[in-house]
Amino acid sequence: MATIELKQVEKKFGESFAVKPLDMTINSGEFVVLLGPSGCGKTTTLRMISGLEAVTSGNILFDGKDVTWLHPSARDIAFVFQFFALYSHLSARENIAFPLQAQGVGRDEIKKRVMEVAQMLKIEHVLNARPGSLSGGDQQRVALARALVRRPAAFLMDEPLGALDAEFRESMRAEIKRLHIDQHATSVYVTHDQVEAMAMGDRIVVMSNAEVQQAATPMEVYHSPANLFVARFIGSPGMNLIEGKYANGIVHLPGDNQYFVPESWRNVLNSSLPGDGKVVVGFRPEAVDVHTDGQLHSTTFANDLHGGYTMLHLQLDPDHIVHVRAGREMRYQLNDTVHFDVKPDMVRFFHPETEKALQNGKV
Amino acid sequence: MSNIRLENITKTFKDTVAMSDVSFSIKDGEFFVLLGPTGAGKTTTLRVIAGLEKQNQGHVYFDGELSDELPPAERDVAFVFQQYSLYPGMSVFDNLAFPLRSPLRNVPEPEIKQRIQGAAEKLRITHLLERKTAKLSGGEMQRVSIGRAIVREPRVFLMDEPLSNLDAKLRESLRVELKHIQSTQNSTTVFVTHDQIEALTMADRIAVLHGGNILQIGTPFDIYDRPATTIVAQLVGTPKINLFMAHRHNGSLQVVDSPLTLPTPIGDIPEAVLLGVRPENVKIAADGQYTGQAALIEPLGVETIIHIRVGDQTIVSIVPGASPVRLGDTVRFDVPGEHLHLFEPTSKLRI
Repeated sequence: MATIELKQVEKKFGESFAVKPLDMTINSGEFVVLLGPSGCGKTTTLRMISGLEAVTSGNILFDGKDVTWLHPSARDIAFVFQFFALYSHLSARENIAFPLQAQGVGRDEIKKRVMEVAQMLKIEHVLNARPGSLSGGDQQRVALARALVRRPAAFLMDEPLGALDAEFRESMRAEIKRLHIDQHATSVYVTHDQVEAMAMGDRIVVMSNAEVQQAATPMEVYHSPANLFVARFIGSPGMNLIEGKYANGIVHLPGDNQYFVPESWRNVLNSSLPGDGKVVVGFRPEAVDVHTDGQLHSTTFANDLHGGYTMLHLQLDPDHIVHVRAGREMRYQLNDTVHFDVKPDMVRFFHPETEKALQNGKV
Repeated sequence: MSNIRLENITKTFKDTVAMSDVSFSIKDGEFFVLLGPTGAGKTTTLRVIAGLEKQNQGHVYFDGELSDELPPAERDVAFVFQQYSLYPGMSVFDNLAFPLRSPLRNVPEPEIKQRIQGAAEKLRITHLLERKTAKLSGGEMQRVSIGRAIVREPRVFLMDEPLSNLDAKLRESLRVELKHIQSTQNSTTVFVTHDQIEALTMADRIAVLHGGNILQIGTPFDIYDRPATTIVAQLVGTPKINLFMAHRHNGSLQVVDSPLTLPTPIGDIPEAVLLGVRPENVKIAADGQYTGQAALIEPLGVETIIHIRVGDQTIVSIVPGASPVRLGDTVRFDVPGEHLHLFEPTSKLRI
């Protein structure tokens, strides 16, 4: 399996950047997810790694060897697309065998390897069927099998679950992850779905506006987002982000609320905020304790059942709604007053102008 | 506002049955969601209510009055579609005013202005009123479409997947606002969706449709906690409900291909059952009664999904926050008896 390095790789279309100069190392056997909204540069990055797209400048290395100008077929990679791209006139078996035949692998060896991957993906029973007669899930399994059968140095996947129904997506997500655990193939996976990224990635590279916003483990990205974009993008709903004014250990928040800043953060806030004391307070929906002596107060805007839990939507004032995850039986009437606290170890602060997270040694 | 009753409606298109003997009543001021996969008959149901389709059998009542022969325009319903269908050359204000200025209604201009201001405030689009709709984002356009329905003050709102074209973040926030607006003005609303989260979070009551049949009608709690069939059970909830074949054996339910044995609930239980348990009810505990192997861990931040291999079966558990469980660990867990769902294996109906 290959280690993939990107060194100052950039891509321009005319004058505009599709990908700004980017440095990244994907370790051998690692599952890295490129995550971001459409147009952020994630697919272009993947296509440059594959060689389907030429870099404007910079270098791409596989196991230390420069492959920047190597043809895609010479890079020993396998690509899985959102659209299955199977040959409709060939059976599933012939589709899977195709890349091996192209490489001139012997007949017995092909037969053996096709059976191996078919067993791994549990598609032995559909090998004689044409793709058109298979479910979306099975078509994508055949496409995965065709990628796996080659035993490539790296897998590149571009939204492979994007075209599947919600019910298949959940189980295919688990299957692909499980496959990765068994094979330990270096994998680069592109998606705009943050749940997929969290569930699958060893590391997530969050991109926006042709730039990397943060590259870290799912837990770091979730609990310590590097900036407001990441805080908002990760989570469903994203982090609650409320702008206020800091002075003397207190952030004054909308709706005449006073938030007492935990002791451990005060030095950081004292030293790193702009002169007017503006700061963005961030906390996840599950970082809230609702109780009658809570220091923050709000009115109920809506509450709704999500199956296993309830989401409360609380208004600090008409322009600021806080989302709170609560027990499933918790219900308030519209406009009821609700008091709450933010768990001190789960609060985050962001600079209002740079939008970057303030760093606290203790977090 | 208004109540609606559908009585034994059947609607066929050539050989296809889109609605098969469908009956339900929607109360005045209710948020009623039609939930089902593509082809379930949801949109046809909406169009029959609107009078855009004529049923083959059965009757539609508005406020207790038989309305089968009432033309669409006289039913006083407002539609919001997935596609925005606004007039691109017109300002937002003129788009909102359009239905009110039609010769049919001829609402006086001062009242038009008043209604538009009210709707615009609710939908937070006051700052957009002078803008041409072609210059709006998808989320803004859908707000205007909803606004155009609100200003008409119809008897009933009919919404056909109005949020499906928006990206995930927008969908989330508009969902909450729509629910808030509906509950403040108590408008009777029929909302069609294939998205179970939209149904659970917004509905006062949900009707689950499948293949033209109503499988269940109930509150979100009813649908989630007491699904009438395995289809309903699998349609709501993420991750999906665990579903296993099981047989009665020595006073327990033995899950096939697995050492899992669960206590048989009291009552008339057949020899073989389909046994369902939601992932949040698979409780990981150090002294848990059952043992398995962690085969896959999906950390979502707010919670963690753990796939536990037990014999040849996998049972999925979801726990709050991060989990100390690592891949390959032996995991002990409990499945409290009160959270079991039992279904008859042939009919798939709840026992």
